[in-house]
Parts: sequence; C-alpha cells; structure tokens
Amino acid sequence: MRLDELTRPDFPILERVVNGHPLVYLDSAASSQRPRTVIEAMSQYYARSHANVHRSIHTLGEEATELYEAARDRVQRFISAQHREEVIFTRGTTDGLSLLAETIGRTLRAGDEVLITELEHHSNIVPWQLATRDRGAVLKAVPLGDDGTLDLGAFERLITRRTRVVAFAHVSNVLGTINPVARMCARARQAGAFSVVDGAQAAPHLSLDMCALDCDFYAFSAHKMLGPTGLGVLYGRRKVLEALEPGRGGSEMIKEVWIDRAQWNDLPWRFEPGTPPIAEALGLSAAIEYLEKLGMDAVAEHERALTRQTLEGLAAIPGVRVYGPPASEARGAVVAFSVEGLHPHDVAALLDAEGIAVRAGHHCAMPLMRRLGVVGTSRASFSVFNSPEEVRHLLAAVGELRTAL
Amino acid sequence: MSATQAARGPYSDVIRERWRRPRFRGELPGAGAVAEDVNPLCGDRVRLMLALEGERVSAARFVGDSCAICAASADVLAELVVGRSRAEALRVGAADLLAVLQADIRPTRMRCVTLPLSVLATALNGKR
Repeated sequence: MRLDELTRPDFPILERVVNGHPLVYLDSAASSQRPRTVIEAMSQYYARSHANVHRSIHTLGEEATELYEAARDRVQRFISAQHREEVIFTRGTTDGLSLLAETIGRTLRAGDEVLITELEHHSNIVPWQLATRDRGAVLKAVPLGDDGTLDLGAFERLITRRTRVVAFAHVSNVLGTINPVARMCARARQAGAFSVVDGAQAAPHLSLDMCALDCDFYAFSAHKMLGPTGLGVLYGRRKVLEALEPGRGGSEMIKEVWIDRAQWNDLPWRFEPGTPPIAEALGLSAAIEYLEKLGMDAVAEHERALTRQTLEGLAAIPGVRVYGPPASEARGAVVAFSVEGLHPHDVAALLDAEGIAVRAGHHCAMPLMRRLGVVGTSRASFSVFNSPEEVRHLLAAVGELRTAL
Repeated sequence: MSATQAARGPYSDVIRERWRRPRFRGELPGAGAVAEDVNPLCGDRVRLMLALEGERVSAARFVGDSCAICAASADVLAELVVGRSRAEALRVGAADLLAVLQADIRPTRMRCVTLPLSVLATALNGKR
C-alpha cells in the first residue's frame, strides 16, 4: 500500500472542498496538516488532565507533568539525543534560534565572527544580525554555488580563528538543498565555534540522529511535522548547555531567587522560563508516534518520489523554471518554481482557484531571492498525505497557467 | 481545466485586461513627482511618475515588477489621477480603485491594490 493511501483517511482537513475542488495541500513546508491522533491528544489533555506542570502538588498537576516530560522523552528518542536534558521545548524554530542568538550573543566580543549562509531563512539571519550588531561582532555568509549547493571551498576560507558560531539550515526551505551537516559541524568544532543547525525543513522528512550529526544545537518546529503550532524543540549538547548562562529569565528556569540574584535550575528547565506549551508538547508527541509508525525511511522515500515527479514534470512544461539541485540529487521535499511572465502570487492565486495550495513569495529568504535574481518563487512542498495524483493535478494546472491571465 | 476556469479567483476581466494591455505603463521623462515603494510581503515594486502643471496632474505613468492585481491597480490609479488637482488625487482611495477593478479581493491581497496609493501619496508629498 502506498503511504498516502494509508495516511489520507487520518487527516480530517483533506475532506475540505476549496473553491469547488478537493483540497490539494502542497504547503507543508510552511505548515503541515495534522492527523486525528494529534488533534485528539490535545483535546483529551484539555478535557481530562490539564493543570500547570512541575510545581502542582495535586493529581492533575502530577498527571500533566508526567505527560509533558514523557513528550520530552519521545522527542529525545526521535532525534537520537544522548540525554533527555538536551531537549528544550521552545515556541518554534524561530524562537529556538533567537534564544541561541540572544544567549550566545551575550558572550560575543568585538571582532568575533558569526558565519551563516546565503540560503538561510530570515529566522537564521536576523537574530544573528541583532546579536553581532550589539556586540561589535561581524556577520559573514557562505555563498551559494550556481548548482544550488553551498560553496564549501568558500566555507573553509570563511571559518577563521575569530569564528564563534556557524549557523546554517539542514535543508533549504526554498531550494531543497541538503547541506553536509556532519562535515560542517565537525569543521566548526575544529575551529572552536558553536554549530547551530536550523532543522525546520529536515525534522518532518528525514531520520534524525544528533549523535551522528554531532552538532552543538539543532532547532525545529512541531507544526511542520504534523504537530501543533506554538511549539518547537531546541536540542543542545549537554556540555555546551551546562556552560551557557540562560538568556531569558522567569519562573521554572530557577532554583532559588533573591532580589538581586538567582540560582539557575537544572537542564533542560534552565532554558524553559514560564509555563510551557503543555498541550502542544503532547500534540508533538502524538505526531512523532504517528511518524514513527509510518517509519521515517518510508516517509523520506515517499516524499522523495513526489519531489522527483514534480521536478521532472515541471521542468518539462515550457516557460516553467525550477530552482535548486537537480532531481537526481538528494533533496528536501520542496520544489520552488516560476512561470514565465507571471508573478508568483498570481501563480498561487490561480492554483488556489483549482483547490491547490502552494506558497508564493520570498519564503522568508530575501538574500537567497536576490542571489537567484527573482522577487519570489512559487513553491510546492510535500508531506506524508500527498499523492502522485495530486502532483499530476498540480502539473496539469501549471501547464495551463501561461494562458490563464 | 480550462483557461477561463483557472482565471477565476481574484482576477476580474478588468484586472486581466489591464494586466495584458496596460494603458499607463511606461516611463514619463521629465516627471515632476516620482516615488517608488515595495510590498515587503511579496516583493511587488511600483514606481509612479507624475507630471504636474501647477497644482494639476497632467500625466501619469507607472513601471514596476508586480503581480497582476498590483499592476492593474497602478494602471487604474494613473488613469484616475490625470486631470485632478494634487488634493483631489490624494483623495482617491482603495474603494475607488476596487470600483473600477470589479474584483473580489481578499484581505491577503489588499496590499496589492493599495501599494500604488501609498506610492502616489509619497510622490505628492502627502501623508496617507
């Protein structure tokens, strides 16, 4: 049985009819949809077990704490982290990267360097701009080759004794490029820099192993991997986390507080100030359970097939240009494309009239758009519930676009 | 899927016509009032050029890299302001443009319609 045949009945939103057509949802890279088990896990929690976590000495509080911490354990296993203290719940990838930029930012000195890349999402650019600007540090970017992959020769040259942080995406949200994470992290460590990986587009699609990637930090979002909005995960290597001062204060992250000082809590709570998104953590746990039942290798294989079908199909349509590494290369589950003579927003609106949801615009990657020489692109992206029929529907609709306006 | 089916959504006949055959697209050498702005959401960029005879707008042209809605809106706006005084031109609003465009524009695309208006306001040194 094909993966989408197995999964489609689990996603209630796929019953929607949009503009007179069955919904074809090809925007999971922006935010995926959720299976019924995720929705139910969250409403069950609110209906039966909700209370604040960690300091409630009553039955519901203990239940909520147990469920919340069990979600952390499930995340730990899902990403093969060595210790549960290495899993920090955040509000999303953006929040995780910002937390790091704020926290590490305080330790930067004038002349220190932070190295990012040209293909980053704004979330992995702007926090580092703020952090370096405030400390008189320097922000540099690894250029992109014409084939849509990073110029690794330039990467080697740009890492210096002054480099304190190397921050980059695991998978590009526009080009689908899969960066050589383990190699880049090893090089960062050799230079004495922290490695920070934006895993937002990788976590939903690839089997993750923090020990194999050997990064210092890895951030991702629940809502792109069949889970709820408002929750993210920041993995941090325990030794590194132990040595970092928390960047944000509040309750939960302390052991003891005086008027003029505080003593930090243990990991991971030291980096989780305030009441956490508890229901969302349970939703993520259910999403991971769902993905694990399918098997991440099967998920990756299914999405690779859809991506290849889309790339080859679009490239064969006159006037359509696709971006990123060729179909033969390992790629993430996104395909950015443009239609000659049409603005990406018009492409998206015309496809929406056919019930097809794609993303259009700069995809929060303006420096990359500038590098590609476009104002924006349209982007189709895939998840476990997408089918080859849906891709054929997209291809047929794109084929008619040039005469549609 | 036929082309007509695909052209539903926000694309009225007026928008399609103005997009395909704009009447006011082009440069305006010697324009007395020029402004350009960009919509950060989608990267739409519009430059509006106005010739003024005293307080009256005597000619208008636009150039830009934008979606069909924004281009059609700029084209209609250029048509609407020619012959008006500076003050009258500044009173042209989104409702006037929508009345001509005859399109069902959702909130997410409203900025495509209004970008030319803020460019006009800048060009005429007014604040909107």
